[in-house]
Amino acid sequence: MLTKEYHAKISGTGMYVPDKILTNYDLEKMVDTSDEWIKSRTGMSERRIASKEQAASDLSYEAAVKAIEAARIKTKEIDMIIVATISPDHPFPSTACILQKKLGLKGFPAFDIAAGCTGWIYAANIAKQYIENGIVSNVLVIGVEILTKLVNWSDRSTCVLFGDGAGATIISRADEKDISRFIDSEISADGTHYDLLIQNAGGSRIPASKESVEGNLHTIYMEGNKIFKHAVKSMYQACEVVLKRNHLDVHSIDWLITHQANMRIINALGKKLNIDEKKVIVNIEKYANTSAATIPIALDEAVRSKKIRHGDLVLMASFGAGLTSGSLLLRM
Amino acid sequence: MDIKSKVTEIIVEELGVEESEVILDASFIEDLGADSLDTVELIMKFEEEFDIDINDEEAEKLTTVGKAIEYLEKKLK
Repeated sequence: MLTKEYHAKISGTGMYVPDKILTNYDLEKMVDTSDEWIKSRTGMSERRIASKEQAASDLSYEAAVKAIEAARIKTKEIDMIIVATISPDHPFPSTACILQKKLGLKGFPAFDIAAGCTGWIYAANIAKQYIENGIVSNVLVIGVEILTKLVNWSDRSTCVLFGDGAGATIISRADEKDISRFIDSEISADGTHYDLLIQNAGGSRIPASKESVEGNLHTIYMEGNKIFKHAVKSMYQACEVVLKRNHLDVHSIDWLITHQANMRIINALGKKLNIDEKKVIVNIEKYANTSAATIPIALDEAVRSKKIRHGDLVLMASFGAGLTSGSLLLRM
Repeated sequence: MDIKSKVTEIIVEELGVEESEVILDASFIEDLGADSLDTVELIMKFEEEFDIDINDEEAEKLTTVGKAIEYLEKKLK
């Protein structure tokens, strides 16, 4: 293990979701589905939909401003930006660079991370390393997604699952005396299942063409049933690794924030971990699956509603396209 | 407890059905009211209870009570 020169902590959080709400009842009018079907299989009631004009960097900017304010730092004190997303403004340049411009900043690293729904955990893990090694002091870490522009609106099994939103966090160097700090993090991937959740076209494998558009190959393809099992197992494993490594029992955890993909996955993981369900933070009913944004949005809501307080021990876990998975253990 | 009784017990508990409904020919989805995620959860429960791995290809074939019992009996031999 590397020696830590410094400690990292979350110094501020923020979120932004678009105003437009799409309910399960609205979806009933669009595809062959029902409120009961969606609720019983996913736990979702509604989701937010970005406007035609809004792109990932626009949502990110709104969330970032709130996180910067909460962290009580000046915007110019940010010295790295990492944006976790699979629905960037453009295939390139990175959304992080566009966000850097929007914030009126330049002259430091800004890059995107594509780890699907685990993106924010991957990005936070990277930010942690840079802070602990003393290279940077304040990293703006964003999880943002506008997946409603990538879904196949004629596929009833997937189009109901996703929503749009952005969650921002400022990850900063912690003072020596500060009890707030990142304790541990674990990230992993199992590429053998890369094709279970995929946007097939638009890259170098299947470049955009008339056929790729007509064949709906630019939209999200997902084998949900198969992912379900991998999701529960990989998140459980990621949690167990950090708990064991730090000699912690699950009962010492104050809050568990998992990726909000499906209520039944969250329940299955909670049961497997044997954690009190009152400690599990859930907002899937309001926002559905916002991919890389679910955890930072849930964190921001829990902090602002004073559910999560200074000093609380928080365990986070996610999984996503790749298949990627990861966990993060921190004292808030 | 033999495999058949254990499997029956798991199905009764996971799907909330009566033991009398859990006959060999019963399909999880058509007869026992499972949805597609229930069947995945059922497979995960089998894996946990019998301490085995059931891969996706094999799992897809286990559509009835009888097929599940037959598969598990073979696998645990």
